[in-house]
Amino acid sequence: MRVTVRLFARLRDIAGAAELARDCPPGATIRDVWRGLAGEFPALAEYERSISTAVNADYARMDRVLTAGDEVAFLPPVSGG
Amino acid sequence: MASLLHIGPDRLDVDSIAAALSAAAGDLAGAEGAVVTFLGLVRNHNAGRRVRYLEYEAFEPLALKAFERIAAEIADRWPSTRLALHHRVGRLEIGETSVAIVTRSPHRGDAYAASRYAIERVKQIAPIWKREFFEGGDVWIEGATADPDDERARTAAERAACA
Repeated sequence: MRVTVRLFARLRDIAGAAELARDCPPGATIRDVWRGLAGEFPALAEYERSISTAVNADYARMDRVLTAGDEVAFLPPVSGG
Repeated sequence: MASLLHIGPDRLDVDSIAAALSAAAGDLAGAEGAVVTFLGLVRNHNAGRRVRYLEYEAFEPLALKAFERIAAEIADRWPSTRLALHHRVGRLEIGETSVAIVTRSPHRGDAYAASRYAIERVKQIAPIWKREFFEGGDVWIEGATADPDDERARTAAERAACA
């Protein structure tokens, strides 16, 4: 199944793209997608413990199981204000 | 009329934000004795660096939901206290307003506390990032790992608000 990946701030810079399409097997979790990305872009790996994640613009945990068409967002530590 | 919660590239006009919050008083019309305004400004220095300008980026739909959550937390913690919260994105020059927070309450104590709480929570849970362009380079500022369900962070914001 195909999901859309959204990347922000430094994560976007590392991957060189704000949005990516990725295929993953049924039952894949957010963590599975992240590990795949970190394999492609090793500089992402240092963020594993500090990112937040969202599915379809709602915060979600790394163990959340994805469905086809989901939009998965990876968010580095925030700095608004 | 401006919406009460907003994120976008336009310059922030605190008067219109305050007017929108006033107009939305509903049953509290006439009962609110205090308005507190907080503006966050782009500073010309940070961590020993001379800052030239900032670029803000946000995951806007989720940022708006975070603002809604903050407004609900305030209504829960300080009954009859209401919030307007606007944040800017894009390039901001030194001295420009990046965030505007207006609170209204029957009493000043709650209006002040809710204002402080709101900015602390923005910094904790709103998916917004600033990229600092300083003399000699640029850097993404990375603060808190956003977790709206982190009760310790929420309690810390409440402590700051009630100090």
